[in-house]
Amino acid sequence: MHSAQDAYSTVAQAASPGAGEPAITVEGVYKSYGTVEALAGVDLEVVRGTVLGLLGPNGAGKTTLVRVLTTLLTPDAGTARVLGCDVVRDAATLRERIGLAGQYAAIDENLTGLENLTMVGRLYGQPRAVAKARGRELLERFDLVEAAGRPAKTYSGGMRRRLDLAAALVAKPPVLFLDEPTTGLDPRSRLSLWQVIEELVAEGTTVLLTTQYLDEADRLANTIAVIDHGRLIAEGTSDQLKDRVGGERLEVSLDDGAESAAAVRALAPMSDDTPDADGNVVKLSVRERSGSIVEAVHRLSEAGVGVDDLALRRPTLDDVFLALTGHAAEDGSDEREQGA
Amino acid sequence: MRRLVTDTMIVAERNLIRLPRAPELLLAFTVQPIMFLLLFRYVFGGAISTPGYSYVDFLVPGIIVQNIAFGGFVTAIGLNEDVHKGLIDRFRSLPMARAAVLAGRTLSDVVTNALSITILLVTGLIIGFAFHTSALDAIAGLALLLLFGYAFSWFFAFVGLLVSSPESANSVGFIAVFPLTFISSAFVPVQSMPAVLKAFAEVNPFTIVVDAMRYLWLGAPDSSSVWEAFVWVFVIMAVFAPLAVARYRRAAGR
Repeated sequence: MHSAQDAYSTVAQAASPGAGEPAITVEGVYKSYGTVEALAGVDLEVVRGTVLGLLGPNGAGKTTLVRVLTTLLTPDAGTARVLGCDVVRDAATLRERIGLAGQYAAIDENLTGLENLTMVGRLYGQPRAVAKARGRELLERFDLVEAAGRPAKTYSGGMRRRLDLAAALVAKPPVLFLDEPTTGLDPRSRLSLWQVIEELVAEGTTVLLTTQYLDEADRLANTIAVIDHGRLIAEGTSDQLKDRVGGERLEVSLDDGAESAAAVRALAPMSDDTPDADGNVVKLSVRERSGSIVEAVHRLSEAGVGVDDLALRRPTLDDVFLALTGHAAEDGSDEREQGA
Repeated sequence: MRRLVTDTMIVAERNLIRLPRAPELLLAFTVQPIMFLLLFRYVFGGAISTPGYSYVDFLVPGIIVQNIAFGGFVTAIGLNEDVHKGLIDRFRSLPMARAAVLAGRTLSDVVTNALSITILLVTGLIIGFAFHTSALDAIAGLALLLLFGYAFSWFFAFVGLLVSSPESANSVGFIAVFPLTFISSAFVPVQSMPAVLKAFAEVNPFTIVVDAMRYLWLGAPDSSSVWEAFVWVFVIMAVFAPLAVARYRRAAGR
């Protein structure tokens, strides 16, 4: 099994023209469907060996961008290069070096796990024996050995996604596109898929991942690009994005919700903005982290407000998303369930 | 070019492996044609007069042509499923020959059509059908059947890519093909039909192909229908193959 694997050893790493260049470069890409602008001028770079998380609600343009980058769709304007290959002019060459796992598990339900992977391998141009050996190796890696001989229609949702991801890895592509890889999965399958993706990245694979889950982007991505209505509205590391929405958040739970107005008045001098009151919880972003808890307790007790609980936390990507787009990230939850 | 051949074979192989695992499809290829053959032979056969031939001799070429026409359903339904389940996207993201998806699809229909022909012919021979011509003519008839089936697969490939769901592929195909095959010489002599239907039946390509089959297998007098049938085969292919390819490009490029 190993010799076969070595024989086919990495089309991937061998082909690296212009190693200094980013793995993915997108410049001014537009794509519209009729009057709907799916991509309204996107610029983006992904450094080799890193994970870019493309974060946005349904209909933001995530899938359209992935389809452009995987040669499935021709952009109306702009250019995009992956590993130095133009996605339009060098599409045929590029297809040998990328892997795509789409939003729906694109596998043949009537074929077994092994037959699916062997077919994909052979369509990459591998001899049958090599494709089969590579398929076995991937089934082992994705914990599908027992199911290898069963038609894929008997697989659970998580197993299908794993098989789909395995199919994307058949040719050991140096760049991998994952379009909402965990949408519709249960938490356990999700976690196991995350681990696989982390392993691939550790081996040097460049990943562009779309997601509408903030925790997924937070965990997997080195860089997060936030997309909304076909435009990138922010880009940076998770920490950089969080810094953009301001400093630490102080959350105070009051004994009595009726005292929230008094609490807001007492805490207001600690923040640049007016604290929010919601029931018996008062939230504010504080200017200084150190000493802010002591100061808050002091101010509240002077104002005679009883405190039940008090916590200081970093802003979450939820806060970021809300601040940047004016709406929550999970807007399209109904559509998401359809996809599941 | 070598790539196209290899990839076409891989796709065709994939379509054939899955066949025995989809029992409803397998039934459509085996039990259903036998059922129709027996029903026509024994239920309607006594009431239909076919001067010059026993009804079973008259029926077998007709029912085989009808069956072949329906064989492309698998292509319509299969392609439609592939589009919906994202398999076409996967194929298009692979460095494979672009044309192989459709070419492999229609090629696998040739194999399933050969299976249906064999089953119907064997059943026909058991219930009394006999060839009245030379082996060469009989083989030419088989070749015509396979070519006609191949041409019709392109029609169904187009239907499968045109409609929104496998269910509608099924009903569109059915509504298009059912009247065409029945208002032809496949089951009854055209002369027995009312004037309007008769006029339609006489120019219906199904009539021409069925008459060609009767010439090749039974020695029926109408020899010009043979070349006309081959012309129809190429016309159907020339119209529907480009349409299907164009539609495939569009469906895949959404």
